[in-house]
Amino acid sequence: MIKKTVYIIILFCFLPSTTFGQLEQLTAEQLIKAMDDNLNAKTRIMTSKMIVHGRRSSRTIESRNWVKGINQAYTEYLAPPREAGTKMLKSGDKLWTYSPQTDRVIQISGHMLRQSVMGSDMSYNDMLEDRPLTDLYEATIEGSETINNRQHWILFLEARVTGLSYPKRRAWVDSKYLLPIKEELYAKSGKLLKSTSMDGIRKVQDRWFPTRFVFKDELKRNSKGTEWIIDDIAFDSNIPDSRFSKARLRK
Amino acid sequence: MIKFLTKGILRDRSRSLFPVLVVMLAVAMIIFFQGFMNGTLNGMFLDSAVVSTGHVKIMTRAYKEESQLLPNDLALLETKQLVDKVSQDYPNHFWTPRITFGGLLDVPDENGETKAQGPVFALGIDFFSSGSRQIEIWKLERRLVDGRLPENGSEALLSASLARKLGLSLGETVTLIGSTMYNAFTTYNFTVVGTFKLNLGPLDRQMMLVDISGARLALDMENAASEVLGYANSLFYDDTVAVALRQQYNMINSDTTDIFSPIMMALRDSNQMGVMVDWMNAASGIIIGVFLVISMIVLWNMGLMNGLRRYGEIGMRLAIGESKGQVYRSMIVESVIIGFIGTVFGTALGLGLTYYMQEVGLDYSAAMESLGSSEFIFSNVFYAQVTPELYYIGFMPGVLATVLGTMLAGRAIYKREMAQLFKELET
Repeated sequence: MIKKTVYIIILFCFLPSTTFGQLEQLTAEQLIKAMDDNLNAKTRIMTSKMIVHGRRSSRTIESRNWVKGINQAYTEYLAPPREAGTKMLKSGDKLWTYSPQTDRVIQISGHMLRQSVMGSDMSYNDMLEDRPLTDLYEATIEGSETINNRQHWILFLEARVTGLSYPKRRAWVDSKYLLPIKEELYAKSGKLLKSTSMDGIRKVQDRWFPTRFVFKDELKRNSKGTEWIIDDIAFDSNIPDSRFSKARLRK
Repeated sequence: MIKFLTKGILRDRSRSLFPVLVVMLAVAMIIFFQGFMNGTLNGMFLDSAVVSTGHVKIMTRAYKEESQLLPNDLALLETKQLVDKVSQDYPNHFWTPRITFGGLLDVPDENGETKAQGPVFALGIDFFSSGSRQIEIWKLERRLVDGRLPENGSEALLSASLARKLGLSLGETVTLIGSTMYNAFTTYNFTVVGTFKLNLGPLDRQMMLVDISGARLALDMENAASEVLGYANSLFYDDTVAVALRQQYNMINSDTTDIFSPIMMALRDSNQMGVMVDWMNAASGIIIGVFLVISMIVLWNMGLMNGLRRYGEIGMRLAIGESKGQVYRSMIVESVIIGFIGTVFGTALGLGLTYYMQEVGLDYSAAMESLGSSEFIFSNVFYAQVTPELYYIGFMPGVLATVLGTMLAGRAIYKREMAQLFKELET
């Protein structure tokens, strides 16, 4: 009996390090695949609010999103009144926006894709890029770091395809949640372009998912960043294809 | 005596016609040249002031730092109150809010799909406020190529070249795609009601003018403006006045610790305009000065020649008993009369020519088009300008130089030997 108790105590004492030790066995590729599995789903329906901290004031923009795979996304803005009714549709590498004030569906392309979404620190290009990291980046583990008493892997990702907005990125991946808690996004030259972080992680349908993201455009002087708060989210629900049709934008 | 001398001048055409003609032409040239220089320089400053700099302008300190990026998120707020205050504090200027923004113009086809698209540089101008002088200073009635001026905030004027490039006709709707002052994506429909040609080189190519009320709706800038521009009521740019005003305003209103506090800039503070102002003023002063001196030498010489030509007449007058002083004084009075008549006619002729050139101008469009990359706003048409000093500037060379020439020539009267007079007269 005593022997058994000692064994259990020893087991519990060593469990965290053993787990971490096991993760050490994970390759960089396995880590980013785990991140992809957490963040991506067959479908996603969510209501969120974006708090844009401007240089003078902050604005809260509420929206509802429907996402299917990596190619289809539909967003409807709910508030504030000026933005309410504005819709956005992503289909493949194309992005359209509908504004009720002008009753026009306009394709966002070219240099407009680099503009910010609703004044936030996110660009339309950021919205368009939903492909799994495993398809886009070659990862290497640079080391580990403890942040808020939690062990994180530091991953360095380098683009394996051309034409990405951020050819290099560095991610601090929580060893338990397998989510990039902090990320720095770089240009090819190594210049820091954006930084992101996430928190409020909770279990949603058997996966760890953050409820709050913070984006910061490092090129904007005095930028205070943009918060993106997920109010509710459902994975793998059924979304009809008609949701992602251009005709839907005007409805 | 003046009446007697005037009669003499008028009856002897060799004493009146030629000297008066010379004085008249010289004075007319001086006045026209001065008017043309005035017009060209002031026109250049005014064009720049109208389009972007104002004679002075107010913006936030933060906007000033990034003004090249048109950062409307750093715009002035509560501009109505600001305009009211500066109008009250500085009544010699008139003040107007302005929104400067960029974006894309999207032209829809009959199905609402994009037919054409192009970049646009747009200005939200206060056309409709009571007492607004914007249509006057933009000379929009003259610069309108087609259509009419906007009558409400959702109507726009497009430069003729932009309208042509986008294949737009009057009455068509275009959608502005841009960013609000909160940097949010925005679209706004404007109806094209007219096209214009500013004749300001490259600026014309992508310009759209709308009323500030429309720009405010499009960019979510209620009671805000990128800048508040101030113009001297006379529309003349006086650098000294503008600089003094800027210093006074900034001392009272600008707070160096607050990036959103207002700051005033004079025309010379924008886009290297200071170098331009100094260079132009110096160049104009030198050119006018040289021209004035040459004219004075010509008129002086004419006075001398006139005096020498009348050598025999003076001898006769001395011989029949007129004193040297009387002859000398009568010659001076004559030259004053000739100078005065010539100057009056010359001023009239010069003012007439200047006025003609003020209305018609010299069109250098073809030459200016080649300066496509120029940063300066430079008019393609040079206009002269009739200014108050043109009414009196001709009297300096016209009367003074003629009189000085005569005075110099007249000194010979005192050197004449009375004993030699009859001998000279015999020959």
